[in-house]
Amino acid sequence: MVLVWKDILLEVRSRELVISVLVFGLLVAVVFNFALDVTPQRVTAIAPGILWVAFAFAATMAMSRAFVREREQGGLEGLLLSPVSRDAIFLGKALTNLLFMLLVEMVLLPVFAVLFGFSAMSFTLIGTIVLATLGFSLVGTLFSAIAAQTRSREIMLPVLFFPVILPVIIGAVEASTRAIGGETTVGLGRWLPLLAVFDALFLVICPWVFSFVVEE
Amino acid sequence: MAETRQTELAHADSRESVTPLGPVRRSRDLRVYLVVLGGVMMLADLSFIFWVAPTDSILGDIQRVFYFHVPIAVMSFLAFFVVFVASIVYLVTRSPAWDRLAQASAEVGVVFVTLALITGVIWARPIWGVWWTWEPRLTTTLILWLIYVAYLMVRAYAANPNQGARYSAVVGIVGFVDVPIVYYSVIWWRSIHPSPVVGPLAQANALEGTMAAVLLFSFITFLILFVFLVAQRMALRETEDRLGGIKSAMRRRAESVF
Repeated sequence: MVLVWKDILLEVRSRELVISVLVFGLLVAVVFNFALDVTPQRVTAIAPGILWVAFAFAATMAMSRAFVREREQGGLEGLLLSPVSRDAIFLGKALTNLLFMLLVEMVLLPVFAVLFGFSAMSFTLIGTIVLATLGFSLVGTLFSAIAAQTRSREIMLPVLFFPVILPVIIGAVEASTRAIGGETTVGLGRWLPLLAVFDALFLVICPWVFSFVVEE
Repeated sequence: MAETRQTELAHADSRESVTPLGPVRRSRDLRVYLVVLGGVMMLADLSFIFWVAPTDSILGDIQRVFYFHVPIAVMSFLAFFVVFVASIVYLVTRSPAWDRLAQASAEVGVVFVTLALITGVIWARPIWGVWWTWEPRLTTTLILWLIYVAYLMVRAYAANPNQGARYSAVVGIVGFVDVPIVYYSVIWWRSIHPSPVVGPLAQANALEGTMAAVLLFSFITFLILFVFLVAQRMALRETEDRLGGIKSAMRRRAESVF
């Protein structure tokens, strides 16, 4: 918990991460608006896709920083030497990433809703975002720990992250389409459990393999 | 000069050798058997495929791609399963042999999955009328390819071989666990966006007797090819490790002299 607090404190002091990720997310929305020509008729078909492309790109940006910062300052060595279990370090980092991403998404979501004209006030949509972002942060935290230690790390994180996270993106887009579309909820009973199963599975696996990543 | 290097090499060998020479020699004998057997079977397999197997009455000669495509695709899935198991055992036991197995299997698997995708595209164009369709099996295979290319990249870009071994083992485990989820998510996604293309299930079920026999033979042939390639790659990696050990020993020697 202290770990989470430390990273939050760092971020509150600098504010660079949240601001840059927010601006990046908005840029994605603007670019996609022109790339796909979003008209009111097609908005429910296209908007969830744009939303999740923006969130997923923003997540890789945010998470690529998580361990680079530790590495630059030599903070990870300090963490590893302290009497904290590796699981706790991993979960602390993943929780921080989760909170950052949720913060960014909660700012971006209303902006997207205004820009593309859909209703963001839906518990299903919020639930989808929380479940999917948890999946992002578990897998992303693990891979950013790997990527931070390798050469050409800016490219390694997305290359590792996107193929593995694909089911989450599919599930999130499908669930959000139903949440935004409002009319049909068919299939929601399938996509939300899919996201939950993904989260549960990686909640078990990621802390276990993380201990092998950070050992030196 | 040559003599000193000889003694240095011998010295390095005694101290740094990763494995004694015995197993390498024994595995070489095995690999010779495999390559002879595999070569003969491959020639037989090719002649079976092109001369013995009957031409498909509906699909024509293009159906013969099937005898390459299916065994190659199945072997690539087997390869990634081997990577998964070898990665877990490596992380638990830390025996370099398991890491060598994981790496060899991943490299051969990526080659096989690439071939499976290419033969699949060759099949799809005349039969389905499109080069590619986002059908669950195809999509999953593509994702598989991406995951294991990333696996090889992690290994290549790691700061040192030991780190590369651990990191790629982690990717090998996470990636393999992910594959069934990818598969089911794509199936469900497809069922909601129906596609005009009929899946390959329809053709796969109706196999005439000779065809099934040729397919089975093809399976065995490609299995032997796979085992041979993995064994060969493992032996190569073992030599690389030994060479690395000798090099670092010589470097240390040189440093201590000057």
